[in-house]
Amino acid sequence: MAAPAIYARPKFLTDTPFHYCPGCTHGIVHRLIAEVLGEKFEQDEVIGVAPVGCAVFAYNYFNCDMFEAAHGRAPAVATGIKHAQPDKIVFTYQGDGDLASIGMAETVHAAARGENITIIFINNGIYGMTGGQMAPTTLIGEKTSTSPFGRTAAANGNPIHVSEMLATLNGPSLIARVSVHDVKNVLNAKKLIAKAFQNQADGKGFSLIEVLSTCPTNWGKSPLEALQFVSERMIPEYPLGTLKEV
Amino acid sequence: MNRQMMKGNEAIAEAAVQAGCRFFFGYPITPQNEIPEYMSRRLVEVGGQFVQAESEVAAINMVYGAAGTGARSMTSSSSPGISLKQEGISYIAGAELPCVIVNIVRGGPGLGSIQPAQSDYYQATRGGGHGDYRMPVYAPASVQEAVELTQRAFDVADKYRTPVMILGDGIIGQMMEPVTMPEYTAPAFDRSWAATGWKEGCGRERAVINSLYIQPDVLEKHVNKLARKYAAISENETMVEELYMDDAEYAVVAYGTTARIALTAVRRAREDGVKVGLIRPVTVWPFPEKAIEDAAGRVKGMLAVEMSLGQMIDDVRLAARDRCPVRFYGRTGGIVPGVREIHAAILNMKEEL
Repeated sequence: MAAPAIYARPKFLTDTPFHYCPGCTHGIVHRLIAEVLGEKFEQDEVIGVAPVGCAVFAYNYFNCDMFEAAHGRAPAVATGIKHAQPDKIVFTYQGDGDLASIGMAETVHAAARGENITIIFINNGIYGMTGGQMAPTTLIGEKTSTSPFGRTAAANGNPIHVSEMLATLNGPSLIARVSVHDVKNVLNAKKLIAKAFQNQADGKGFSLIEVLSTCPTNWGKSPLEALQFVSERMIPEYPLGTLKEV
Repeated sequence: MNRQMMKGNEAIAEAAVQAGCRFFFGYPITPQNEIPEYMSRRLVEVGGQFVQAESEVAAINMVYGAAGTGARSMTSSSSPGISLKQEGISYIAGAELPCVIVNIVRGGPGLGSIQPAQSDYYQATRGGGHGDYRMPVYAPASVQEAVELTQRAFDVADKYRTPVMILGDGIIGQMMEPVTMPEYTAPAFDRSWAATGWKEGCGRERAVINSLYIQPDVLEKHVNKLARKYAAISENETMVEELYMDDAEYAVVAYGTTARIALTAVRRAREDGVKVGLIRPVTVWPFPEKAIEDAAGRVKGMLAVEMSLGQMIDDVRLAARDRCPVRFYGRTGGIVPGVREIHAAILNMKEEL
């Protein structure tokens, strides 16, 4: 008799191998979401929305009905889905270019309306899919392919703190920033992702979990250096914690 | 429902509700505001949902979400707002979702004016957004016809899984006319493609509402499939009205409100002894090419009349295949062509051709 599995593919992930670069933490976050969904819901209770960016193919990975949204529009698409299917758990998965630049209006207004959806927001401070251009969350001093001398406030503007901004609104039930750069933080990230989805199931309204994530390829770092960059450079600019909870 | 006076915008909204539209996403812009206003109170009565979106871009993407679950959904706007919706319309066409988009056209370009116009013809009939696609476009000439075409639009959207546009000039939206709401029963449509929650063994494939086909050969196949759909729509859904064309030596081609004004001018010219008829495209895409082509072989000349600098005239010329000369008369910028001016243009055409 075979031993019971202690580690298996969650039912909310398909068999399709991830296309993500080595050392990129998208895969960890996908897995956390799939674990949480599998622990709480049946597959037919969940509908997901994929973004434009590195996670554009997320619809190939999450094993439930999925939508692919236009760049930045995922919160609007999720709003339409949730209104038509109010009993489903609806989530979006978006990066910083998608959510905090082109999709800022959709994000802020979905939050202000208190749409009962969950957004998982990947902040790696860069446009990964298009080759490493400056993002709204790129750090001051950070070099990208469109801020080749390093981002300066004078030339490129300042980093946007999405979670802090959204926490000023009355609509959201949970806004938190987590990281996945070490085991302790991965476990904490899962806890908050679970809370976000539970809030939706309980009808509490909008929740957004910002996940500090790595992009070793476009940062020009090894996977280990990339994890260190998160803890040493990103967390001071984007402090972890729960910014709003109702 | 009894015959009653209704404003065009409200009649379109009520027709949509009676056609089973339960989800409306809109944004204020003149001259279509009565549609979202009506929906915001009416949908509550029938258990539907209204969301005032933060922008036209968001509104059309909310439609994308609701339509992707198979629900009858609609948005409305006017010219500058319709430009903003083009992103979403292209994605909806690519993902093959049914929905209805109302454009109560105002003068352009840019902010233009808030007065009626037909200067969005190119945008509406050529798809409007990026990529290889078309969409059926209905151009009502009365409030009653706007009601009937709105309900037909939902059926055509579901039948072919395509966005459908109601292209009404500002007059159609703002004018009050007597209306009888038709008895409407929705045909049954297969919605097994819709994303309504899936699990293994539920009897269908996992739904992915998507317009991304990263492999060129796969995208080409997809676009060719869309093209076959557009060919079927052209074959089955083209609508045109012909008046006084049996013995016509000249033809006026006009759509929407302009066609009604042109009809009065045609009748006056008939009183003057000019054998002139009217061809009114009811669908501007698919364009009634055959009706134009046939007529072009019989008449001495055609006159396209539009509330624009002349956009439909390109389609008239293409369909006429040089079988007869095609003249143009139009006013633009929010100015409505008058009966006298069109009448004079008809007499000019007779003098010269």
